[in-house]
Amino acid sequence: MWDTNEQMAADDLARLQLDRLQTMVGRVATHVPFYRNKFKEDKFDVASLAALDDIRRLPFTSKQDLRNNYPYGMFAVPLRDVVRIHSSSGTTGMATVVGYTQNDIDTWSNLIARILTAAGVSTHDVIQIAFGYGLFTGGFGLHYGAEKLGASVIPISSGNTRRQIQIMQDFKTTALVCTPSYALKIADVMMDQGINPNGLSLKFGLFGAEPWSEKMRQEISERLGILATDNYGLSEVMGPGVAGECQHCNGLHVNEDHFFMEILDPATLEPVDPGQVGELVITTLTKEAFPVVRYRTRDLTRLLPEPCPCGRTFRRIERITGRTDDMLIIKGVNVFPTQIESILFDIEGTQPHYNLIIEREHNEDKVTVLIEVVESIFFDEMKKQRTMVDHIKKRLASELGVGVHVKLVEERSLERFNGKGARVIDKREL
Amino acid sequence: MRVEQIAVFLENKSGRLAEITSILAENNINIRALSVADTADFGILRLIVDKVDEAEKALKGKGFTVGKTTVIAVEVPDRTGGLAAVLDCIQKIGLNVEYMYAFVNKTGENAVLIFRFDDMTRAIDSLQEHGFTILESSQVYNL
Repeated sequence: MWDTNEQMAADDLARLQLDRLQTMVGRVATHVPFYRNKFKEDKFDVASLAALDDIRRLPFTSKQDLRNNYPYGMFAVPLRDVVRIHSSSGTTGMATVVGYTQNDIDTWSNLIARILTAAGVSTHDVIQIAFGYGLFTGGFGLHYGAEKLGASVIPISSGNTRRQIQIMQDFKTTALVCTPSYALKIADVMMDQGINPNGLSLKFGLFGAEPWSEKMRQEISERLGILATDNYGLSEVMGPGVAGECQHCNGLHVNEDHFFMEILDPATLEPVDPGQVGELVITTLTKEAFPVVRYRTRDLTRLLPEPCPCGRTFRRIERITGRTDDMLIIKGVNVFPTQIESILFDIEGTQPHYNLIIEREHNEDKVTVLIEVVESIFFDEMKKQRTMVDHIKKRLASELGVGVHVKLVEERSLERFNGKGARVIDKREL
Repeated sequence: MRVEQIAVFLENKSGRLAEITSILAENNINIRALSVADTADFGILRLIVDKVDEAEKALKGKGFTVGKTTVIAVEVPDRTGGLAAVLDCIQKIGLNVEYMYAFVNKTGENAVLIFRFDDMTRAIDSLQEHGFTILESSQVYNL
């Protein structure tokens, strides 16, 4: 175990949470105008926060609230105290910007070290981080935590699978960090190259940043010969490190000393019965630069109330089973169909009709956008027509952060749906 | 000098061309010339018809994406080297052909070449200067 908090007794944890919650709520009331105004509107008196249950009187924070305060409106400290800035994927204006103080980075590193330890990784391991480094929290989040743990870190970042494998062989990598689909991609390429994964030093795989299934876990474990664990986080709350599985692979321990979790019915916003599926709502307890109160993650999960044989007392949640909104995770990138809609609207000058088809081919997500042709994007010259298709493709790719195929189809050939989610045809079987 | 042409977007699906021609037939519209440019995914059908506006309206009404552009029609004698002479001239003048197609008129004496140039005005002027016959739109619609 990385630290003693992980075995806290329930009442000690509750006391610590309340103490931290009171401090945090007091801070946001003072330093974040968004919360100050909300509290005022709701006539919420900070001093009245006397028990953990009182959290239910606090307002929610949505992704839209964060967007409305782009870029720095939700920061609770001046920029001079911020040492790191990350951003969620999304077009400008759609993106959310998050900041970290030095203390935040230290906490984050500690929580990642916890998750790595829980998954079996130690100071003796060589850890290959194949998450993208950059504005995405995955790469740097894992990196600092792995250094904190004292493992040997290979900051290879994402992509170039053959090189990943070469380095895995030469540097004797023992732990792999990436998305689960990328792990399978690596296994495929190894097979193509005639490399036997059992000849590698690989023992552990820590996977996150996209939804996956028990079936995928089994496949990854068998094909790469590793212990595959799940971890969870989101940049709005911190990044990876919010929750992670131990070696029992039976759900993710939530780092409850730093995050207060609620699982609510997304319709009524009332707590679901323990063990029932609901939306995960998270309140940060210790974040300095970017605290959030009752952040609606839109992720669906359920509480696993039984104690875990590993001895950690932090409660577990089941792997994320879905979303309450239409957000898609494609190659680890968050994509909202509305983004596609607004880009197409911009190009066509009219309400676009499109379908988004997502398939998984050779363990890689393939996205095809079917677009109904309208006069503004139709030309009698083939050269111009193809240039237009390329133009649409490039804009979608650059603004979504993920490559797409574009296919033009005849007008009125796509089904007309009510509701946004229906424009998406997700054929991936996880 | 300029002839109106309609272009229709086609997915590469069977029966689409037949559908377009029947829509035109139902509306008593005569096709004078047509060409299809295609890729693996889609095609562009270009048509010269006797009643352009009616054709456009009829096809749009049936849900097709229709564009209208102008092209020029050059008449050459239907004999060996007829096309070569025009293309040779175009090349010498340095005109860029976006696309072209051809048909032979009813009498069988002349061939009609349909051209879309990047610079249509210059193309008309220079082709005429070089003595080529450019048909009036009414001549083409009623061929």
